[in-house]
Amino acid sequence: MFAYYFQLGLRSLRRNPALTLLMVMAIGFGVAASMITYSVFRAVSGNPIPDKSAQLFIPQIDGWGPQQNLKGEPAEAVSYIDAMALLRAHEAKRKTMLYQVLMSVMPGGNRELPISVSGYAVGSDFFAMFEVPFRYGSGWGLQDDEARAADVVISSELNQKVFAGANSVGRTINLGGHDYRVVGVTNHWNPRPRFYDLFSTDGFADEPDIYMPFTRAMDLKMYPSGRNSCRGQLKFTNWEDYTQSNCVWITPWVELDTPAEVASYRSFLTHYAADQQHAGRFGWAPNVRLRDVAQWLDHEHVVPPESRISLAVALGFFVICLVNTIGLLLAKFMRRAGEIGVRRALGATRREIYTQYLIEAATVGLVGGVLGLLLTALGVSGVGVLFPPQIAQLAQLDVSLVGLTLLVAIVATVLAAFYPAWRAAHVQPAWQLKSS
Amino acid sequence: MTIQIKPVLTALRRHKAGTVLITLQIALTLAIVCNALFIIHARLANLGEASGVDESSVFVIRNQWAAEWPTAQVDAQVQADLLALRQLPAVRDATPANGYPLQGGGWDNFVTLTPEQTQPVTDSAVYLGDEHFIDTLGLKLVAGRNFRPDEVMVMGTQQAITPSTVIVSQALADRLFPDGNALGKSFYAMGATPSTIIGVVDTLHRQGVSQWNKAFTGQSLIWPIRSADSRGLYYIVRAKPGQLAAAMREAPKALYAQSRLRIIDAKDGLQDYATIRHKVFDSDRGMAILMGIICAVLLAITAAGIVGLTSFWVGQRRKQIGVRRALGARQRDILAYFLTENFLISAAGVALGVVLAYAFNLWTVTRFALDHMSLAYVGVGVIVLLLLGQGAVLAPALRASRVSPVEATRSV
Repeated sequence: MFAYYFQLGLRSLRRNPALTLLMVMAIGFGVAASMITYSVFRAVSGNPIPDKSAQLFIPQIDGWGPQQNLKGEPAEAVSYIDAMALLRAHEAKRKTMLYQVLMSVMPGGNRELPISVSGYAVGSDFFAMFEVPFRYGSGWGLQDDEARAADVVISSELNQKVFAGANSVGRTINLGGHDYRVVGVTNHWNPRPRFYDLFSTDGFADEPDIYMPFTRAMDLKMYPSGRNSCRGQLKFTNWEDYTQSNCVWITPWVELDTPAEVASYRSFLTHYAADQQHAGRFGWAPNVRLRDVAQWLDHEHVVPPESRISLAVALGFFVICLVNTIGLLLAKFMRRAGEIGVRRALGATRREIYTQYLIEAATVGLVGGVLGLLLTALGVSGVGVLFPPQIAQLAQLDVSLVGLTLLVAIVATVLAAFYPAWRAAHVQPAWQLKSS
Repeated sequence: MTIQIKPVLTALRRHKAGTVLITLQIALTLAIVCNALFIIHARLANLGEASGVDESSVFVIRNQWAAEWPTAQVDAQVQADLLALRQLPAVRDATPANGYPLQGGGWDNFVTLTPEQTQPVTDSAVYLGDEHFIDTLGLKLVAGRNFRPDEVMVMGTQQAITPSTVIVSQALADRLFPDGNALGKSFYAMGATPSTIIGVVDTLHRQGVSQWNKAFTGQSLIWPIRSADSRGLYYIVRAKPGQLAAAMREAPKALYAQSRLRIIDAKDGLQDYATIRHKVFDSDRGMAILMGIICAVLLAITAAGIVGLTSFWVGQRRKQIGVRRALGARQRDILAYFLTENFLISAAGVALGVVLAYAFNLWTVTRFALDHMSLAYVGVGVIVLLLLGQGAVLAPALRASRVSPVEATRSV
C-alpha cells in the first residue's frame, strides 16, 4: 500500500505544478538555510576533547581585586607569580602552564629566508593531558622540565618544511638562535575551538608549529607573543620587573579525575588566595574559579554571536516555510475534496485517506529535501562569503549532514501535513457527492 | 464605495485554518524581516566605519625579526629600514608602528585623569609611532602640533614607557575634556607619569572592531615611540598618489636589501587597506548578505503563500461570487472584498508580528548585548508586509472579479 500511495504522491506532484513548486521551494530553502547555519554552528560549538572535557580544569585567581577585575570575575589568565605557585603545588595529578611564543628558523637547505614559527611553552604533562597524537617520538618527561632541557616537539608541517618529512627525532633545530633537540613530531593536531588557549586566540587559529618546555622559556626570558593584560600603573622595563607585575599572560590547566580531587583543588586555590591576602599581596577576599572545558568554552563565549543569531533566524525562516506549507497543503488537499468523497463512498476508511495524504506530503518533503540538499551543498561551499575563512572551513557537508537534511525535510513536512490530512480525512462524502 | 467589514469577518470565520495560517505567517515574517533589516543596517554601518587613514595609498608590512638582537641593534635596524623605505621613488612616507587602524584587536590602555584613580574614565587604543605617523596614515591634525624628532623615544621588548607628550583623536579629547580645549591638558594612560596633549587629530579608528570597542569608538592616542621590540613591529607605508602597487612591490625588496634576518609572511605580511578592511569586516559583510538573502526569499515565499491560499479561496467561492455578481455587485466590489479580507488578515498578522519582533530583539539584546531596535525598522516592516499582502492578493482578486454572474446558475 505504501508503494502505491507513494506513486500516487509522485503523480499528484505533477497535478498542480505551481502549488507543488511553491511547496518544494519553501521546504528546500527553509531546510537549506537551517542546515547551512547549523553546519557552522555545529563546527564552532562542538566539544573539542569529548572524552576528557570533564577532567580538565582551568584555575583562575583574582590578582586584580574587586576594583579592577572583570566585573567580579578573575582575569582569564594568571600572572607569573601565581603561575609559579600553581606549578610548585602538587595538588593535581597532571598540570601545565602555557603561553604563546614566537620564534624563527634560520635559512638552511633549500630555504633562502628564515621562517616564522609560533607555538607554546608548555609543561611535560601537556601532551598526555590534551591527548596530543604523535607521528614520531613523544613529548619530554618530567625530569626534562626540571632540567630545563632544550627539547622541542614540532608539528608535522614544520617537520615537512625543515626535515622534509623524515623522522627527525633526536635531530637538532635552531629556533631563534638557540639549538633544540627534537623529541617528537605531532600528527595533525588542532582541536577547534582551541579550548586550551582562549586567552590569546578566538579559538580558531592555525595549528601551532612547536611546543617547548615552559621552564626553558622562563630561563630564556621569552616574552609572550600572545595577549598580555595588566592593571594599574605599568613601570616594568625588564624581565624581572615584568614577571613581578600584575600582568596576566599564562594559562594554567590541571587534570582532576574525581569530584573529591576537584573539591580538594578548589579548596587549595582558596587557601592560596587567602595566604596571599594574609601576606598583604591581595587586598581582598579570595576570589577563585575552577572551570572545566565546557564551562570555560561557555564563559569565554567561544561560539561567535553571528553563528547563534543566524541559526535562530534560519530556524525562524524554516518555521515560516512550514506554516506556508501547511496552508498550501490544505489548499492542495481540499481541492480534491470531490475525489476524497468518491473514495470514501467506495469504502475507503478515514485512516486510509489519512495515510495516503501523509505519504503524499512525505513525497513533497522528500523532493523539497533533495532541493534543500543541493542548496545546502551550494551554501556550505559558499559559506566563506558569510563567515571568516578560519570558521567557514569548518563547515562541511558530511554523511550525517546529508542524512539530517533529508530527515528534517521529510519529518517537518509530514508534521506540517497532520492538520491538512486530518481535514482531508474528515471530508463528508455525501456532501461532496451531492454538489458535484 | 463603502467597504463592508462585517460580511468579510463572517466569511473568515468559515476559513479559520487558512486565516490563522496566513496571520501566523505574516507575523513571523514581520518579526524576522524587522530584525534582519536591523542587523543588516548595523552591519553595513560597521562596513562603512571611517578609519581616518588615506586608505587608497596606505599599506602595512608586518615585520618579524629572525634574530635575537639587543634593543640598540633592533633600533638601528628599524632606523635603517625606515630610511630605505622613505627613499623609495613610489613612497611618500613611512612610520614604525605597534598596530594599525582596523587591525582587529590590538593594544589599548585605560585612561585616568589622576594617578590615584582606580576607576578609569575611558579606554584608549594606543598607537606608537614617530614624527612621520600622522603624515603616513594621512591623518588630519586639527589642533596643536606634530611630534618633534627629539621627542621620539625608543622602546625595547615589553617595556612600559610613558612619553610626556601625546597626540589624541578628537573623540578621546572630547571624552576626557568635554568642555573643549584639550590642548596642553594631561592624563594618565596606565603610566606612572602623565602625558600632555600636544596635538589633536580628526579621526583615528581603534585597532579593534569588536563589540567591546563600541563603547570607546574612535578613542585613540599616539605616543612618540619607535618600537625596538625584538619580536618585530609594523611598518606603515604611504605610497605617492596612484603608485600603491609599485610601492608594495618595492618595499619588501628594499627591506630585504637592508637585512635578510627578517620574516615578512608571504600570506599576510603585506596588506593594503582594501584587504585589511575586507578581512576585518568579513563577518559583518557575511551577516548582511545572509540576512539580505533570507529577507528576500522570506518575502517571496510569504507572497507566494498568500497567492496560493487566496487562489484556493477564490476557487472555492466561485459560485458565491457569481451569486453576488448576479445580485448586482460590481467587479470592483468583488476586488474590494478580497483586498479588504487580505488587509484584515495582514493587520492581525502585523499586530502579532510587532510583538514577536520585539521579543526576538529582546533576546539578542540580553544574549548578545546588541542594541535595541528602533521603531523605524518595525514601521518599515509593517508597511512592507501590508503592501506585500495587497500586492500578492491582487492577481487572485482580479481573477475573482472577472467571475461571470452566469456561474451562479451552474451546478447547483
